[in-house]
Amino acid sequence: MSMRSQLNAAGHRRDGLWIAFLLHRLSGVALACFLPLHFLALGLAINGEAKLDDFLRWTADPLVKLSESAVLFLLIAHMLGGMRLLAIESLPWRQRQKPIAAAALLAAALAAIAYMLLGA
Amino acid sequence: MNLRLYLLQRATAAIMAPLVLAHVAVIFYATGRGLSAAAILARTRGSIGWGLFYALFVAAASIHGAIGLRVVVSEWTPLRGPLLTILPWSFGLVLGALGMRAVTAVIAP
Repeated sequence: MSMRSQLNAAGHRRDGLWIAFLLHRLSGVALACFLPLHFLALGLAINGEAKLDDFLRWTADPLVKLSESAVLFLLIAHMLGGMRLLAIESLPWRQRQKPIAAAALLAAALAAIAYMLLGA
Repeated sequence: MNLRLYLLQRATAAIMAPLVLAHVAVIFYATGRGLSAAAILARTRGSIGWGLFYALFVAAASIHGAIGLRVVVSEWTPLRGPLLTILPWSFGLVLGALGMRAVTAVIAP
């Protein structure tokens, strides 16, 4: 494949909806990595309230708070991306997909920022 | 992905959408009131409603995650054959077991 045709083949990667697809996929992988840790943390309560409290004190660290905000962003972005996918597949919806995908991204970012400010 | 897995993936997504919204609302509510084990467990311990809510959430997330992982592995790696089925479903089983343990930890009185 020539350099020119390779560039053309990769052209779709600049499309907003392709980025939405990639974000949906990467957020899914990230959530799959996060969930076992989340469950292990909540499972600390099985050994008593004190263990869970120790863990929750650690989560007050600003860096942990920032990471939690990132996870919240990924969760909301993945959910909204999934709803977009369900709507495309089951409804006769083809128009205004890009602005709606952008609005979904903005909503996820705003929720993550609000969470960060709430915990500050 | 075959039709059965595709439908299961979409069904678990549809089940989880409202659960995620409720979970996010709970996250904001709980964080706003100050996170502590006592506050969390006071809400959840002995609650059949929260127990059913989170058990359904864990079951749907485990199935959804396993199928999603299978798609990613099949598209991004050369892995094929029985391992393509065994690895994602093993992940789903472990996730489900850890999730149900977590639900038990916060719900059991």
